[in-house]
Amino acid sequence: MDISHALLIPMIPLLIFLVLGVFYNKIKPAVSGYVGVMGMLVSFGLSIYTAYQYFLVNGQIDGVYQSISQKTVWMRFTDTLHIDMGVLIDPISVMMLVVVSTISLMVQIYSRGYMKGDSGYTKFFAYLSLFTFSMFGLVLATNLFQIYIFWELVGVSSFLLIGYYYTKPSAVAAAKKAFIVTRFADFGFLIGILIIGYYTGTYDFETLNQPDGAAILSWTSGSFMGLSILTWALILIFIGGAGKSAMFPLHIWLPDAMEGPTPVSALIHAATMVVAGVFLVARLFPMYYFVEDGFALQVVAYVGAFSALFAAVIAVTQTDIKRVLAFSTMSQLGYMMLALGVSGYEGHEGVGYTASMFHLFTHAMFKALLFLGAGSVIHAVHSNYLKDMGGLRKFMPLTNITFLVAALAISGVPPLAGFWSKDEILVAAFEQNKLIYLVGVLVAGLTAFYIFRIYFGIFWGKETQYKHPPQESPASMTLPLVILAFLSIVVGFIPFSEFISADKAGFEGHLNYPLAAIATAVGLVGIGLAYFFYKKENDLSDRFVHAFGQFYTWTFHKFYFDELYLFITKKILFKNVSYPIAYFDKKYVDGTMEGVGNKTVWFSEKIKKIQSGRLQDYAFAFVSGVVVLALIFVYFLKN
Amino acid sequence: MDILTLFVALPALTILALIFAKDLRQSRTIAMVGSLIQLGMALNLLFAYFRERAINKEVFVFVKDVVWFESFNIHYSIGVDAISVVLILLTSIVVLAGVFISWKMPELPKEFFISLVVLSAGVYGFFISTDLFTMFVFYELAVIPMYLLIGIWGSGPREYAAMKLTLMLMGASAVLLVGILGIYFNSNADGGALTFNLLQIAEVNIPFEAQKLFFPLTFIGFAVIGALFPFHTWSPDGHASAPTAVSMLHAGVLMKLGGYGVFRVALFLLPEGALHWSWFFIILSAIGVIYGAFAAIKQTDLKYINAYSSVSHLGMVLFALLMLNKTAWNGAILQSLSHGFMTALFFALIGMIYGRTHTRDVTKLGGLLKVIPFISVIYVIAGLASLGLPGFSGFVAEMNIFVGAFQHDNLFYRIATIVSVSAIVVTAVYILRVVGMMLMGPVKNDAYLQLEKATWFERTGILLLLIPIVIIGVAPLWLSNAILDSLTPFLAHLT
Repeated sequence: MDISHALLIPMIPLLIFLVLGVFYNKIKPAVSGYVGVMGMLVSFGLSIYTAYQYFLVNGQIDGVYQSISQKTVWMRFTDTLHIDMGVLIDPISVMMLVVVSTISLMVQIYSRGYMKGDSGYTKFFAYLSLFTFSMFGLVLATNLFQIYIFWELVGVSSFLLIGYYYTKPSAVAAAKKAFIVTRFADFGFLIGILIIGYYTGTYDFETLNQPDGAAILSWTSGSFMGLSILTWALILIFIGGAGKSAMFPLHIWLPDAMEGPTPVSALIHAATMVVAGVFLVARLFPMYYFVEDGFALQVVAYVGAFSALFAAVIAVTQTDIKRVLAFSTMSQLGYMMLALGVSGYEGHEGVGYTASMFHLFTHAMFKALLFLGAGSVIHAVHSNYLKDMGGLRKFMPLTNITFLVAALAISGVPPLAGFWSKDEILVAAFEQNKLIYLVGVLVAGLTAFYIFRIYFGIFWGKETQYKHPPQESPASMTLPLVILAFLSIVVGFIPFSEFISADKAGFEGHLNYPLAAIATAVGLVGIGLAYFFYKKENDLSDRFVHAFGQFYTWTFHKFYFDELYLFITKKILFKNVSYPIAYFDKKYVDGTMEGVGNKTVWFSEKIKKIQSGRLQDYAFAFVSGVVVLALIFVYFLKN
Repeated sequence: MDILTLFVALPALTILALIFAKDLRQSRTIAMVGSLIQLGMALNLLFAYFRERAINKEVFVFVKDVVWFESFNIHYSIGVDAISVVLILLTSIVVLAGVFISWKMPELPKEFFISLVVLSAGVYGFFISTDLFTMFVFYELAVIPMYLLIGIWGSGPREYAAMKLTLMLMGASAVLLVGILGIYFNSNADGGALTFNLLQIAEVNIPFEAQKLFFPLTFIGFAVIGALFPFHTWSPDGHASAPTAVSMLHAGVLMKLGGYGVFRVALFLLPEGALHWSWFFIILSAIGVIYGAFAAIKQTDLKYINAYSSVSHLGMVLFALLMLNKTAWNGAILQSLSHGFMTALFFALIGMIYGRTHTRDVTKLGGLLKVIPFISVIYVIAGLASLGLPGFSGFVAEMNIFVGAFQHDNLFYRIATIVSVSAIVVTAVYILRVVGMMLMGPVKNDAYLQLEKATWFERTGILLLLIPIVIIGVAPLWLSNAILDSLTPFLAHLT
């Protein structure tokens, strides 16, 4: 299959970024938005074309999807280790192309309305293009180092976009936090890459992910603390992924990242960049599965499950709708991670892998829709807080309907998209690990509850009196909402397991009726509870808050993790490491050097008296010198 | 005249012309034309080198040898390989940018530019020499004008800073001289004549005992100017007091002489001494990497931040050199180049910000992105480059260093490497702290709203430095191949 057109997909947004960046002052805002959308449209078309060609026409040989790559050496370290740049076409990269281009296109169209009149309009589209380019590069990466390179680039685009309102101190702090926390995770990622490169002699995915497990098992490494070093490497790489995907305990940056404009939250912090961690584990799945009986995969499963539950609990208490959605994203990412963690490899065994990717796909659609819907609401009422909303269904009918569709989808109500993917995840968990399955079911219920809590809070609930009656958003904003709502309804019917599976051979997926019924029932209970609590204004929720007491306070403050991190960085690292080092440098290191200088001066002060300028002193010195020399001379002559 | 000697001859001509200059306008024009020609020559040298390399497989090309001082067998012998060629290119770009940045030099412009050109002549001479003694003479020629440049045109406690810098570097030179003489007096170990010629000494098997003795002297002698911990303290004070162009040249070029000297002299001529001592200096340089980064977090003066950042980044160069393998060495050279451009860029930007706001205290600055967007955006880019973002030269260099260092399968090396890698996090902290405090956020002082936008000569200076950072960062292969090619003989010598 010819994949040269796939190269164009990332190049178009790069070109747009460069043009908008260089001619920043000369381009009219209307033009830059138009250029951005048009470019994205082309990339989107090419992505769909690639997906069609790959999945339906000629991606398979003997029923197995092939990995096709095109690459060139970019940097050479040693004879075997080098960084390549290129594109790798395989089922998950093609799927990601579709996700990234679809959501990017929707968000760019939406932003033309949302950002209208903003002074940095062109800058915004330039940043969006930079992000899209980097994200395409990430998903198409052919090797670990290439993915790392684009990983950093999406990180910096995220930094720039979170800090888009750069005069706002909270936005600046959030941008810094996001970058530094993920950088810390990347430190682990990089060490993991170095280890893998050293022991396997390659960074290349096609070599690392040999479908035959024996090849992977043939790589040997030493052991460290009872685990093989390769397992450590995979855990370190997972730390990198956990940073990007906001897994516990590296999640603290994601809620703050909501300081960015809402379209950015939809694109980067809900649908695309944050799934990079999940994608990374999926990308290296054969290694995770085969190395040391999948120990690293166990870590992935438990971290994912815990994060899913942890975030869902917090989401119930938050009052800023974007933060609710942020914790919801973290929770759903945990879901994807746990699905990968419980996955097997061959045929139906690998249902967890398929489910994870499926959920990634459907989640991108309905979570982007939720964020864009929230953006539409925020645009209308100029606030992020539930207390400023209520009864909006009368003012914003389209936003109301589309938000409802997304809420139903994430709650797993059949036949919407979320139902299918969530069901598969629960099936995979049920077959492997009952504890994780139970967590999954609980999270499903919580998800339905918190999402309908904000749905009722925004569109029903109390009849808030608005100073200016809110208006439905313009067509540029509602069009993407409608398209995404349509997608959130239909994409669940894609027979995903035939296209994407761990062994790339595909298998026939089927619904597990008892499990699906349980999950759906739990979801409906969650919705029902939210209905009683929040449909009409009442004090039920307040009474529950009182009942939970301390637990509620802790949850509302996100279990004080921000404070804990602040303590570690400010009090320990800054105060007890950085400050002492700066002091030590001034006082002791420099002090020693100064001391040497001062001693020299002191010494020369002492001896300068000899150079007194008086003739009799010199004569005396001269005579005594002669005498001493003469004595020595005589002494030596005699012996 | 041959292609290399021109690099020393042209500055001499420039100085001659500068002596007759009457005012600022004339002196800067002469300095600019001189450095522009120099840049043209450096670019020409790069292409000429590639052409020559295709047919000439010697260690050094464009070789020339003239007896200078017969009784001690001192020669003016010159030659270049890819490493010296790229460093010459770095020097010519930084000097030209420095001239642009000093466009409005208010005091004694003529003398200022003369000192600057003398300094650059010393650097060029150092990079082309293949004779230890000649090299040393040029080294001193490059260091001495620093005293005048800081002492006369500096700010703050300039006499103190100038004195401190000069004394520490001179002290190091004394140690270095002992090391060089030690090598010289052992260069007849195989029965030949005493010589200062690098390639001839390299053929000789200097006795292990002598290597053990002279390696630390030579290494420290050079490494002090490369900001080796704990001999780096001249650098923050020196930079803080130096005028902008001098900081640029000093951090951008002069500090590179350290790593280059270590590579050319200490590691090349005393390989067994290097193997014997490497563990010790690896510890020092790894400390320098992380220590400089942590110290930078707490500074409030922009120049101090950048000076400590240099300690960290150049610690990486020494660290990589001591790894004694091809990949890490390649990284060391790339890091020298990359740091040269980046730090010069930083100092140029700091100079512009200081020139406008009259403060370098980050806690007093704020919201500059809004008022001086061009300078601020470039500062952000330089910051991102400095924290090793892919697409900029620093990333390429650092990855070579890390991968190279990781080739040693030994717990000591592993730990040292991980400590160095952890600097990528700390670097992000201090860079983003400055970006967040100084450039983003609300404008802290209403007086800043009227700041002057970047002028044409400032923009030219900035872009001159930024373009190579991007070129190396985006397309590093040609450069790293050329460097690797030149590393081979040095590597062969090591084993």
